[in-house]
Amino acid sequence: MKRVYVNENWCLGCHLCEYYCAFASTNEKDMARALKGIKISPRIRVEEMDGISFAVSCRHCNEPLCVKGCITGALTRVDGIIMIDKDKCISCYTCVLCCPYGAVSPSEDGAVLKCELCIKTYSRTPMCVKGCPNEAIVFEERGE
Amino acid sequence: MKYVIIGNSAAAVGAVEAIRKNDKEGRIVIVSNENYHVYSRPLISYLLLGKTNEEKMKYRNDDFYRENRCELKLNKTAQRLDIKQKQVIFEDGDAESYDKLLIATGSSPFIPPVQGLDKVKSMYTFTTLDDAKALDNALSENSKVLIVGAGLIGLKCAEGISKKKVEISCIDLSYKVLSSILDDEGSEIIKRHLQDNKIRLYLKRHIIEFKENIAMLDDGTEIPFDVLVMAVGVRPNISLVKDAGGRTNRGIIIDERCQTSIPDVYAAGDCCESMDISSGEAKVMALLPNAYMQGECAGMNMSGLDFVFDKAIPMNAIGLFGKHIITAGTYSGDVYFETDGKNYKKLFYSDNKLNGFILIGDVAKAGIYTALIREKTPLDTLNFELICKTPGLMAFSKRARGEMLGGIKSEAVSS
Amino acid sequence: MAIDYIYPDYEIVRNYDRCINCRVCERQCANEAHEYIESSNKMVSDDSKCVNCHRCVSLCPTRALKIVKSDHTFKTNANWEGKSIKEIYKQAESGGVLLSSMGNPENYPVYFDKILINASQVTNPSIDPLREPMETRVYLGAKPSKIERDENSRIKRNLPPHVMLSMPVMFSAMSYGSLSYNAHESLARASAELGILYNTGEGGLHENLYKYGKNTIVQVASGRFGVHKKYLSSAAAIEIKMGQGAKPGIGGHLPGKKIVGDISRTRMIPEGTDAISPAPHHDIYSIEDLRQLVYSLKEATRYTKPVIVKIAAVHNVSAIASGIARSGADIIAIDGFRGGTGAAPTRIRDHVGIPIELALASVDKRLRDEGIRDNVSIVVGGSIRSSADIVKAIALGADCVYIGTAALIALGCHLCRSCHSGKCNWGIATQREDLVKRLNPNIGYKRLVNLMTAWQHEIMEMMGGMGINSIESLKGNRLMLRGVGLNEKELEILGIKHAGE
Repeated sequence: MKRVYVNENWCLGCHLCEYYCAFASTNEKDMARALKGIKISPRIRVEEMDGISFAVSCRHCNEPLCVKGCITGALTRVDGIIMIDKDKCISCYTCVLCCPYGAVSPSEDGAVLKCELCIKTYSRTPMCVKGCPNEAIVFEERGE
Repeated sequence: MKYVIIGNSAAAVGAVEAIRKNDKEGRIVIVSNENYHVYSRPLISYLLLGKTNEEKMKYRNDDFYRENRCELKLNKTAQRLDIKQKQVIFEDGDAESYDKLLIATGSSPFIPPVQGLDKVKSMYTFTTLDDAKALDNALSENSKVLIVGAGLIGLKCAEGISKKKVEISCIDLSYKVLSSILDDEGSEIIKRHLQDNKIRLYLKRHIIEFKENIAMLDDGTEIPFDVLVMAVGVRPNISLVKDAGGRTNRGIIIDERCQTSIPDVYAAGDCCESMDISSGEAKVMALLPNAYMQGECAGMNMSGLDFVFDKAIPMNAIGLFGKHIITAGTYSGDVYFETDGKNYKKLFYSDNKLNGFILIGDVAKAGIYTALIREKTPLDTLNFELICKTPGLMAFSKRARGEMLGGIKSEAVSS
Repeated sequence: MAIDYIYPDYEIVRNYDRCINCRVCERQCANEAHEYIESSNKMVSDDSKCVNCHRCVSLCPTRALKIVKSDHTFKTNANWEGKSIKEIYKQAESGGVLLSSMGNPENYPVYFDKILINASQVTNPSIDPLREPMETRVYLGAKPSKIERDENSRIKRNLPPHVMLSMPVMFSAMSYGSLSYNAHESLARASAELGILYNTGEGGLHENLYKYGKNTIVQVASGRFGVHKKYLSSAAAIEIKMGQGAKPGIGGHLPGKKIVGDISRTRMIPEGTDAISPAPHHDIYSIEDLRQLVYSLKEATRYTKPVIVKIAAVHNVSAIASGIARSGADIIAIDGFRGGTGAAPTRIRDHVGIPIELALASVDKRLRDEGIRDNVSIVVGGSIRSSADIVKAIALGADCVYIGTAALIALGCHLCRSCHSGKCNWGIATQREDLVKRLNPNIGYKRLVNLMTAWQHEIMEMMGGMGINSIESLKGNRLMLRGVGLNEKELEILGIKHAGE
C-alpha cells in the first residue's frame, strides 16, 4: 500500500505541506481564497529545531493503536487507510493518548485531526506530497 | 469451531474482529444481558450532553454482526459455567455449548451500604445506556442532583447533565477529585475548574445517613437532593469464572494470552485483572482501549494463533467542561514538572524509563509519552530534556526517526 | 548613519489579496528580505535585501509575489547610465574591487544569435531521427594521423586514450566549494546516467563521488588543490586549467571561512586557510613547461587518460591553441568570455576575453591550416544556452561543448549573480547546510538528465533536417551555417557565408 514517507534530509522546514494540507480539506480551487485570513489546522505538522526539520502525519499503522483505542468507533481502518468519521468523534482524545507519533491532533472543531491521505479530497496524491518542493515527503509503495 | 462470547462491548468486538481474521467459518455466538446493538459505554455522558445520539453511539456499524457472521442473543444473562460439559447455562434455563469461551462481562457499579439508602427513591447508577436514559428521565429543570463519587464516572456524569439547568453537588471520600488518576496539584486544578463550572464539591466527606431526600454528611452538613447518582466505583463481574472454580482476585486473573485458569475459557476487558507493565503489578485496568486489545488478544488465541498482549498500562483521556486530561502509567520515580497555571505537566521516571505522566490542558502528542511507557524505551536513547518540554519525534535519534517516518530506505542510493 | 546612495534595483511586489501569511517567503530567503509582522498580522519586505533570485516567488503557494525592476531612475544620460553611477557610489563607499558572479551580462554581440542553420529541401533529403539511425556519440582525444601496420600487416593499435560521450556535451568545471555537495552529486549522477562527463573544477573530488569516476574529469589547476594519485587515476580524463572565460588572467580565491569540513579535507588544505589559486601556474611559463605537466599527468596515470588543457578565449587564442596542440595534450578546452564563475572582479568579467564563437572558428581554422587539427579535440564553453548553440558550435569546428550555467539553471539557478555572497537560496552555490539541503540531488540529477535528453532530441532533429546523421559529419561543416547582420570581417573569421549567399 502506498504511504506517505518523510525524509528529514530534504525537509526545508518551509511548512508548505501544512498549508497544502489545510488547502486540501477546503476543497476550494484557489489557495488564497481558501486560506486567506484563516489560522490553519493541518493534519501534517512540521517539527523543527536546530536546523533539523521534518513533517509528521499519520503513519497508517498496520496495527493502529488509535483505532483499537477509539472509544466511539469513529476511527476505522479501511483498505489500509485510517479514516475518521467526524460525525462520530466526540473529541475524547483517547487517540491522542494512544498515537505513538503524535500524529493525531486535538482540535476545536469537534473532532480530532488526522491525515486520511487526501482520500476524501479530489487529489489522488496527498497534497502535502504535491506541495513539498524538495521531495522530502513522498507517496510510495515500499512493500511492508 | 464454536466461539461463545459473554458480553457485547469493546472486548467482545475486539475478539470478533480478531477471530474473523483467522477463522472465517467458525460459529460466533454473542450473548448480552442488554438489549442493544454494541454501543460505547463511555459515551453515555456525551449522550446526555447532546454531543452524540443513540445512533452515533454504536461502537460498530449496523452491519457488524452480519458482516462478521455473529449470532447475537440479547437480553440473556449467563448464570453459570459447566466447564466439564463446556456449556454456559443461562438464567432462563437455556444452555449454549462452546469450544472456546470468552468472558467479557465488564463490571457493575458498586453501591456502598449507607443507612437509609434503601429509602431513597430516585437513586441511579451511571454505567449503561439504560442507566443514562433512566437518569435523563428523572431530571427536570432545577433538579438538585447529588453525585456520590468524584471519580471518572461521577464527574463525567456531572458534565453530562450540566447543560440541563440542574444543581449539581458531588461528594467524595477522598480529599481530591479524580483521585485514581491525578496527583494533588493536578487534582487542585480540576477542582477549581469544576467549581468554576458550578459543581459544588464536598471532598473528604462521606454520607452517614440518608434521610429521605437529604444526605447527612460526616461533618454535619445536610445536602438535600432530588436525584441521587451513585458513582463510587465499579466491581468486575467475576462470578461466572469464580463460581466455576477459576482463579480470581478483584478481577478474573488472566495471563498475557488472556486465558483464565479454566481451559478454553478466556476473559477480557473490565472484568479482568492483568499486568500493568508500568508498575509490574496485576490490576483491574477498566478502560476501553485495553478492553479492545485484550479482546483482540483473546480472539487471536481462541482462533488458534499464539498472540501475546503484554503492553497494558493504566491510561485515561478525559475531558471535563472543555479541559482535557490525559494520564498514563504509574506515578512513581523522579518528577519533571511544569505548569503555567492553566496547563499542567508531570512526568514520572526512574531506572532510565518513563513510568507515568499527567497532562492537563495541553495534551497534544501525549501518545509519544504513552509509547515511551508502553515500549519501556530507554531514556538515554533520546533527548530526554527536550521530550520533557516538547513531546515530539525530534527527541529521538535520527535513525529512529528514519525508521518511524520511513525516510531511511530511500537513502540507500545516495549519501 | 552614512548616506545610503544605493536605491534597490528591484522591488518585491506582494499581492495582499493573495498573501495568506504562510511565511514561506520569510523562511526561504537567506537574505532576510521578508518579515512577518505579528502585530499587524502582515508580511513585509525589504527591497534592499532582495537579490532577485525568485526563491520566494517560486515557493509562494498562492503566487502572491513578484519581483519587478524598479522604475526609480537617475536623470537620463546616454553616457552616464545608472549602473555606472551606482558602481562609483559602491566603490566610493567601500574602496574595493567590485565582485560579481556568473557570466558577463553586458550587451556584447552574441554571435550564435547571428548564425542560422541550414536544412535540406528536395535534394539531399532530410532524415527523420525517429525512424532512422542518428548518431550523437562522440569520442574525444587525439586521432592518429596515419594507419600503421606491423610485419604481419595487422593494424597497429596506436590509438591514444579517448573518452566516449553519448552526446557532444559535458558539464564544465565547477568546484566542490564553489558549488554545494548536492549540486556536485547531481552533476555526477546525471553524467553517469547520460553517459557523459562532468568536471570537478579545482576543488578535489569528494570521497563519496569516486564511484562516478568513469564520468569524471578531474581538474589540476594552479593551486593544485585536492590533487593526488588516486584522484587522478579515478577519473576518465584530466584537465589542466590554464584559464577561465569569466576571468582570464586571474586566479581564484575561496575564503578561509568556506574551507571547513569536507571541503577542507577534499581540497587537502587546513580548515580556515584561504584557498588561493594563483593567476599563473608557477611552473608553467612556456608551451614546453606545459608539456612537462601534461606528460607528468600522463605518466602518473600510465597514459590511460586523455589530458585536457583549458584556456580562456583571449585575443591570440589560435596561436596559443596551436602551441597546446603540440604540447601532447589530447583535448583543448576553450572558454569564452561569457563563461560563468562563482566570483570574479566585475571589470575582468565584463571586459576581458573574446566571444567563444570567434575563438572557436579561428582556432579550428588555425589547427587545420597547420595540419594538426587531429592532434586534439576541441571543446568549447562560455555560454552554450541551447541545443542550437551546440549545433552551431559543432558546425564551427568544435568536437563537443562544455555547459556550466545551463546546467546550474536546470538545477534551479535564477542567475541572480550573487554566488559570491555564499547565500544561494537554491542550494547550488553555497555551503550553508540549511541552504545546501534545498537542492535534493534526487530531483537535481533528474532535471539535468531531462535537459540533456531534450537537447539530444533537438540536436537530432536539427541534424536530421540538414540530412546529417552523425555529429562527426556535422563537425566543422560550416556550409551548414549562414550569418545574418554580420560584417565581412566577422564572416571571414567565422568562416561562414552570409545568409542568401
